[in-house]
Amino acid sequence: MSREQILARIRQNKPAAPPLPALPDFFREETDPVSAFIRAVEQGGGKTLPYSELEAWLAAEHPAAKMIASTAPGFQGNVDLNGIQNPADLNEVDVAVITTSLGIAESGAVWVTEADCVHRVLPFITQHLAVVLDKNLIVQNTQMAYKRADVAATGFGVFIAGPSKTADIEQSLVVGAQGARSYTVFFR
Amino acid sequence: MKIGLFIPCYIDQFYPRVGIATLELLQKLGCQATYPEGQTCCGQPMANTGCESDAKATYLHFIDTFGDFDYIVAPSGSCTYHVRHHYDIIEQTEAVRHIRERTLDLTEFLLDVLRIDRLEARFPHKVGLHQSCHGLRGLRLGKSSERMEGGPSKIHALLGMVSGIELVDLDRADECCGFGGTFAIAEEAVSAKMGKDRLGDHLRHGAEVITAGDMSCLMHLEGLIRRNKLPIRAMHLAEILNAKEGSL
Amino acid sequence: MNHAQKASAFIRDEVRTDWHNQAVWHLRQKRDLGAGSVPEWEELRNLASAIKFHALSNLDDYLVQFEANARANGVQVHWAATAEDHNRIVYGILAEHGVKKMVKSKSMLTEDCHLNPYLEIRGIEVIDTDLGERIIQMRHEPPSHIVAPAIHIRKEEVGELFHKELGTEAGASDPKYLTEAARGHLRGHFLTSAAALTGVNFALADTGGVVVCTNEGNADMGVHLHGLQIHCMGIEKIIPRAADLGVFVRMLARSATGQPATIFTSHYQKPKPGGAMHIVIVDNGRTEHLGRADFRNSMKCIRCGACMNTCPIYRRSGGYSYGHTVPGPIGSILTPGIDMKKHSDLPFASTLCGSCSDVCPVKIDIHEQLYKWRQVIAEAGHLPASKRWSMRVAGKVLSRSGWYDFFGKLARRALRRMPRFLVYNRLNPWGRSRELPEPPKESFKEWYKRQKPAP
Repeated sequence: MSREQILARIRQNKPAAPPLPALPDFFREETDPVSAFIRAVEQGGGKTLPYSELEAWLAAEHPAAKMIASTAPGFQGNVDLNGIQNPADLNEVDVAVITTSLGIAESGAVWVTEADCVHRVLPFITQHLAVVLDKNLIVQNTQMAYKRADVAATGFGVFIAGPSKTADIEQSLVVGAQGARSYTVFFR
Repeated sequence: MKIGLFIPCYIDQFYPRVGIATLELLQKLGCQATYPEGQTCCGQPMANTGCESDAKATYLHFIDTFGDFDYIVAPSGSCTYHVRHHYDIIEQTEAVRHIRERTLDLTEFLLDVLRIDRLEARFPHKVGLHQSCHGLRGLRLGKSSERMEGGPSKIHALLGMVSGIELVDLDRADECCGFGGTFAIAEEAVSAKMGKDRLGDHLRHGAEVITAGDMSCLMHLEGLIRRNKLPIRAMHLAEILNAKEGSL
Repeated sequence: MNHAQKASAFIRDEVRTDWHNQAVWHLRQKRDLGAGSVPEWEELRNLASAIKFHALSNLDDYLVQFEANARANGVQVHWAATAEDHNRIVYGILAEHGVKKMVKSKSMLTEDCHLNPYLEIRGIEVIDTDLGERIIQMRHEPPSHIVAPAIHIRKEEVGELFHKELGTEAGASDPKYLTEAARGHLRGHFLTSAAALTGVNFALADTGGVVVCTNEGNADMGVHLHGLQIHCMGIEKIIPRAADLGVFVRMLARSATGQPATIFTSHYQKPKPGGAMHIVIVDNGRTEHLGRADFRNSMKCIRCGACMNTCPIYRRSGGYSYGHTVPGPIGSILTPGIDMKKHSDLPFASTLCGSCSDVCPVKIDIHEQLYKWRQVIAEAGHLPASKRWSMRVAGKVLSRSGWYDFFGKLARRALRRMPRFLVYNRLNPWGRSRELPEPPKESFKEWYKRQKPAP
């Protein structure tokens, strides 16, 4: 029985336990989370815009978009997410607009749960990702974010910090690897 | 204050001028350092090759030789590091503990014990500083580029007291030169390539002289300099700190 | 061939060596900028180290807690004592679901276990979906770096490969173009696979979930498209609390590539509605390593690759010179625990410069462990005879002042008088590309004795 064998060997071999340290926040009075967040998003190859410009952005950046999926209240896409059975059917989605409830200033990341996107694959399979975020929900750093986000409360959750990217060919950064090709945060 | 001068074996045999510069420098600063004539080596060559047991007798000999001093000073971060950090396999008697605590690299002795803030040295040349690893990361003589905090560099502080000197910036501030003791022989190809790359960095930035706190790094680099007839000279830090006008 | 021989062969192409050195150094430079942007970096290193060591000290309890929480989440948990067990378990799950094709995101553990060939001979197609991994999979090569598995390959070579495999234009080598071609190719596989397997960056004892970090989004593209997801983890991936992730996520990507976080930090907690989620917990030598007091703290490793990027030897010898899935400094302290004789050369493939220990986000004393492995290896009799005997002789000479003086003088005199061909020949590796020091007539000791006033 592998389980008992492994646990027994650990018991036999493990070192004495030092205590588990407490986790500080490293909160810094002088850091403005919103401007830091904007900087991080831009450094990661993303963009930030006011929510009021969402429609104009769609028209300007994605005039040919056929499938637009949205979970943002007040903005209707043209994909019936609840009606889709097979997530592979989302492969043609051009733009996904997803509401999120937490941002991290140091990385430009947002916390997306399965409830935010209906189908877990949506923020990855879409060609372009737009997220809607209340500016007041941005925390300074990842440690503070983990105190805020309850990772156990969702079957799946992900911090997304930019467009999908790779540097696997000669260290050249290429945006648009397997996931979304762009990342735009709309502030509310 | 009784000061014992430890001159590492390869300096004794191949670079006596470095030992002389160290001794003269200490004398200039008013220290009567004694050189125990029975000394040999710190034992690092064997230990770094995995043969600590063969180094044990050399450790004990070192302890015997340097038992009588308040401080033991060596112009080598590497040998100092070895005594301080690797003499674990011999019995930790009071003498051993005392020696391990009191064995200092020259830069530590000058700044932490003598607390000097000026030198009578003049060296009007463009100098590239090679930060020998054991001094930098072992003894923490400065902040390694990997670490985001750490004290000021002792070697920089000392070179700052030398008039006329111009330190050049490097592309890679503290990359290893590739000496590594028996590594230089067992991994000859990588070792030589690392040395060549290090020298290239110094030459690109116009250094006329490459200096370091460890002559072992410089022995390896000097070997490459002479073989390839490169326009740069290797000098130990002590030689520069002891330099008078025109002593290149 | 041992490391030195493979390294020597690698260096023969000096232009390529310089290119490789610079490509890997570039990662180190980005890491410095990333780490430098966090004022509490050194404090984070202390925290990360303490959390990991605490977890290792309570590994049994945390694993049991993790398992219970995962089960409560509807996850099926398996235990594998060996690589063979692991492969059999994974195959069993796939066979039960009738899977013919599986997509996989990066996992050094499955590389170690040789999962791909195990599945392939049993009729299951495995598609590696990390771009670098897909490239080396097409070339039938192992990874040469744990974070950037294809870092040793030039874009022209990728161009040729993709031309042959994916029908890209002949001679095309633009990374953007090639990446786009791979995107299309991999999308096809994502859509037509029946299962996804990932490695695990962190397993959370207090929630029973696992966390996977990618930049490409490939883990998620695989995991969410189909009913079956499998996550394979070594026992040491456990951290006690979800909140601890804050510390590790802040360091992992910064240490690896300088990014403040990987683009995707995915938390898999429960199977998707109607789907199945399996976690395979693997030992494969880890519990034995846990018992080695001098070496166990290498299990704190979070696989960021920073020690490879900083290592002046790795950068000039390439990942393959280490002959193992995990190369570089961390590989050199892990592998002797797996097969000491086979990997006895690796702890010596280092100058002990210590850069690896200083760059390590979880403060593994890598260079100290290299030093200690050398002692263990010599003690076990795995040192080459030439080294063993020369050290024995050196130990005798250097512990006796008289012998030392005598042989020192003799050697200097011989070096001065011998004709060049006797000094510089095949038996003198030092002299292959370097001069020996010019031996002075007088040692320091002789000079010093001369200075003393006559008694």
